[in-house]
Amino acid sequence: MSSTSQTAKAGNGRLGALTAWIDERFPMTALWKSQVAEYYAPKNMNFWYYFGSLALLVMVIQFITGIFLTMNYKPSATEAFSSVEYIMRDVEWGWLIRYMHSTGASAFFIVIYLHMFRALLYGSYQKPRELLWIFGMLIYFVLMAEAFFGYLLPWGNMSYWGAQVIVSLFGAIPVVGDSLMEWIRGDFFISDVTLNRFFALHVVAIPLALVFLVIAHLMALHEVGSNNPDGVEIKKVKGPDGIPLDGIAFHPYYTVKDLIGVGVFLILFSLVIFFAPTMGGYFLEYANFEPANPLQTPPHIAPVWYFTPFYAILRAVPSKSLGAALMGLAVVLFVFLPWLDRGKVKSIRYRGPLFKFFLISFAISFVALGYLGLQAPTPLFTNLARLFTVMYFAFFLLMPWYSSVDKTKPVPTRVTYHAH
Amino acid sequence: MRIKLLVLVAALAPAASFAAGGGANLDRANVDIGNRAALQRGAANFVNYCLGCHSAQYVRYNRMAADIGITEQQLIDNLMFTGERPHDLMKIGINRDDALRWFGVVPPDLSLIARSRGADYVYTFLRSYYAEPGRPTGVNNLVLPGTAMPHVLWELQGTQDAVWEGHVDAQGNAQKHFKEFQLATPGTLTPEQFDGFVRDTVTFLEYIAEPAQLKRRALGFPVIAFLVFFTLLAYALKKEFWKDVK
Repeated sequence: MSSTSQTAKAGNGRLGALTAWIDERFPMTALWKSQVAEYYAPKNMNFWYYFGSLALLVMVIQFITGIFLTMNYKPSATEAFSSVEYIMRDVEWGWLIRYMHSTGASAFFIVIYLHMFRALLYGSYQKPRELLWIFGMLIYFVLMAEAFFGYLLPWGNMSYWGAQVIVSLFGAIPVVGDSLMEWIRGDFFISDVTLNRFFALHVVAIPLALVFLVIAHLMALHEVGSNNPDGVEIKKVKGPDGIPLDGIAFHPYYTVKDLIGVGVFLILFSLVIFFAPTMGGYFLEYANFEPANPLQTPPHIAPVWYFTPFYAILRAVPSKSLGAALMGLAVVLFVFLPWLDRGKVKSIRYRGPLFKFFLISFAISFVALGYLGLQAPTPLFTNLARLFTVMYFAFFLLMPWYSSVDKTKPVPTRVTYHAH
Repeated sequence: MRIKLLVLVAALAPAASFAAGGGANLDRANVDIGNRAALQRGAANFVNYCLGCHSAQYVRYNRMAADIGITEQQLIDNLMFTGERPHDLMKIGINRDDALRWFGVVPPDLSLIARSRGADYVYTFLRSYYAEPGRPTGVNNLVLPGTAMPHVLWELQGTQDAVWEGHVDAQGNAQKHFKEFQLATPGTLTPEQFDGFVRDTVTFLEYIAEPAQLKRRALGFPVIAFLVFFTLLAYALKKEFWKDVK
């Protein structure tokens, strides 16, 4: 780590001299090497490993478009809705920036859900990656808060009533519920005051927390190293040079590979932005093209799709406070996965049939609950939601049992990789 | 893995088909906002028949004129009547209290009506007035029963009666279902001409709901063409770099 050995390789000429000058004052080259050029990642990472870098890309898109939106948006109950229409109509490229931001919100959750599912597939939350997983989950919680606060800002009628419904969930908490709701809103109902504080939280507080957590997530990742589809610790088998035999430098190998992911993602992202920015009412809800009206609810209030699995759990339970508690539990249970999982192997490739069954059942129930949460409740749908809620919780609560008794396959010492 | 993806996709598929949402049987408006002649006729219809009571307060006159392909002079001569300036928004002078007294509601702003309710809704609504003598306006509407809005286009469409079918349900209550409209007195336009008139108007409403859509789709193709090229390049680059990974 001595700075002289770093600068020796920095090259010649003026650029080399500049690098040397910086390296004597800031560990630029050392950081680049330890975090990127000499960070060794398993060579067998597959499709599921694109979503980490894509989440970072979407975050940058949200930050940049968000900054430009803030330049023209007015966080006031009388002006918010019309300032958004001003952005859509009169601001140069305002429509593009706004659609990138609104599509980015949904894209963020798609990418994060796939990223999390990858961790379930390959046991990426298991020892020694428990903290990495917990930082990731905190990022997810913060992201949910960010999406919730942001959704109020256009001040459409669905923004208004959606916020009303979600804030009222805190009213289910015994004793302090009502005062808590008032404290969150800063008023007796969703009002200008609420809009102002949600704006402050959406553009300053939460993004700040997000950045710190993402840094912590990446530091933890680079400390323990990436998992892989075989769930093999590549650091256990090192060459004479101390480099894992199954590891390849993140740069250039994974930087160029992730570029393909970026390209494919941006194609899909652009298809939505340019050809279906409302995504049939799922990314931008039709009722939100009417200004907030405290006297009239939209015909059917549903949260945006990324919250609907949990919303369906809430509605499936007859008692409101129990429903809210189960909904909270459904989100928080992920944090305990490292300790619920008693399996001796990480990857789905070497797990037994029980784990596979429960994972598939969980995936189906998550998607099904998401669908049911979007629909108006009917007796059939409510009963289905109850069934899927049981399947959802079974994955977590039965895990200590099925993961320990499952018939696992032997795990190889080296990763499976076929050069292509 | 592939099977699991298929399961996910299959589970998601029904969600897509539910996107349109419920409501009465709406006729398809089939608007084409690329049709400039329809947009221009629609703009004229809008300022002549709608703008008296309904504002389009997010729409700027001169931006709209440029988008539908007319000059500023044509805009002033044909579409502006009350001394606004071309860079003004399409607001109206109706007083809120007067509106409440006359109609019982303030006529909603129409800037986004085609986005919040859909073009088919507006198209069907404007063609679904029928005579109902007991009502203050003398008419009712099949799409929005009890609407406060009078049949503004009656001179063009004429007046129509609703024909109902009845039956007695299991509880012994009489039920009636709408069967069809019958033209009672013809208007100045034939039914086909009237449908065209409404379609033009809805085309204009569809455009003002999202002026960017004129640009949006056109820009989408080159952007995606570039991204496909970029992705192929990235793929080739990856192949080259990964040659030495054994």
